[in-house]
Amino acid sequence: MLHTMESYFAAVGDYILFILRVVWVAIRKPPQWALLRDQMFEIGVMSLPVVAVTGFSTGMVLSAQAYFQLSDYGLVSATGLMVTKAMMVELGPVLTAFMITGRVGAAMCAELGTMRVTEQIDALRSMAVNPLQYLVAPRFIAGTIMLPLLTVFSCVMGILGGYLIAVGYYNLPSNSFLDPLPLHISSFDFVSGIAKSIAFGIIIITISCYKGMTTRGGAAGVGRSTTNSVVICYSVILISNFLLTLALNSSYDYIQDFFNRWL
Amino acid sequence: MSMNPNMIEVRNLHKSYGNLQVLKDLNLDVIKGETLVILGRSGVGKSVLLRQILGIETPDSGYVEVDGQRISSMPLSKRYEAVKSMGMLFQGSALFDSLDIGENTAFYLHQHNPKMGEEEIDARVAEALRMVGLEGVEQKMPSDLSGGMRKRAALARLIVYRPRVLLYDEPTTGLDPITAGQINDLINKTQEELQATSIVVTHDVRSALEVGDRLALHFDGKIAEIADKEKFFKINEPTLHQFYEHAIMSDDFINHLTKKVKHA
Repeated sequence: MLHTMESYFAAVGDYILFILRVVWVAIRKPPQWALLRDQMFEIGVMSLPVVAVTGFSTGMVLSAQAYFQLSDYGLVSATGLMVTKAMMVELGPVLTAFMITGRVGAAMCAELGTMRVTEQIDALRSMAVNPLQYLVAPRFIAGTIMLPLLTVFSCVMGILGGYLIAVGYYNLPSNSFLDPLPLHISSFDFVSGIAKSIAFGIIIITISCYKGMTTRGGAAGVGRSTTNSVVICYSVILISNFLLTLALNSSYDYIQDFFNRWL
Repeated sequence: MSMNPNMIEVRNLHKSYGNLQVLKDLNLDVIKGETLVILGRSGVGKSVLLRQILGIETPDSGYVEVDGQRISSMPLSKRYEAVKSMGMLFQGSALFDSLDIGENTAFYLHQHNPKMGEEEIDARVAEALRMVGLEGVEQKMPSDLSGGMRKRAALARLIVYRPRVLLYDEPTTGLDPITAGQINDLINKTQEELQATSIVVTHDVRSALEVGDRLALHFDGKIAEIADKEKFFKINEPTLHQFYEHAIMSDDFINHLTKKVKHA
């Protein structure tokens, strides 16, 4: 028991050290543009369809539920606001992060894991190329840039889906859906969603790459570390989402003040 | 430093994985320009030794010096600079499977010689591939090649940047005798061309005789025996006898191979 705890803490320490090394390497010698471009395409552009589908259907279901639940109390004009707020601060970032974990994180872990067990990572080192620099840094930067962009895209699709259901299916007047938005959606909501998505981007890429780079034990090992990395990503995303929500909400005044003063 | 005849010096090297002691006080000198073959049974830690020499792993104690540079005591970031003149042929070839053979072969030049023009890189890649007998496969992916071709492509990836220290990890394992013979010839040809210092780790006695200038026996975490090729087979050592017995080689054949002049 004590031994398991010890190795658990050692792994967490090792992981944190890994993040610091990646950040250091990425700053000191930024990766080649070609590598970064390929990763941004793979993480960002290739994920657009799946993010569009999840965002759109979540927006639709939110809208249907909101309209249905609120209509008893005569509050249907809050439907647009509910959909938009929910998409921007919670569902957009979290669902996008989930889809990216499944689509990108798992593939990344399996790829690096296979490279590890077939000695390709050692081959990089033997040719005086730092694998953190060549393999991890481009993925890290691309993930941190692409997750917020995908989240914005997901929110737009969600709001669009919600609008179509509320206006097209439930016959809510278009201005009842749209008019409350500029009044009640604040820059805080935007910052909150973006901050979360940046954090999720860092979490997904670093956990997937770390699990991949530390894979042992052949094809079975690659399968094991990929499953582990996906499970760990999901758990860490949900837990950190809760903590980030608390932290962001308690700094609400500060963030609003900052935006009112400077923008 | 120029007086030192040794390219690689390994002193009192210890390496353990958990409770498993793999290298126990290992000492080894490799003379400049020679090909040293390290024979040993599977799992005695021959590859582990190569990984310490290359600086991929750090020994628990002891040190490795390559060309006067103490690789094993350097911080990781400095090691990358120090191992630029070294290269390793991995057991499973370790070609990058996301890149085609041409890109694999050009990899080192692209990474470290940014000023070299595409034309010169292409010419050097073509030359390296021709040397290993793989003309015109630049566009193929590693998964399209057979095991022996992959080994040769991996060798081309090394030759192209002309390292001065070459490490071969079981170069003939898993190949048919004819392909293995071709790989042995290529190792000799490379040695002749690059004037490098090489270590070949193997359990293939025939390969050891064909490529080695000196032979060593890795046993129980140490170098148990080391001698010139001709003298090595007169050593009376039980593990060595087992090697010869299982290699199904007559004394005559061993004599024939030990006397065979390399590069003839």
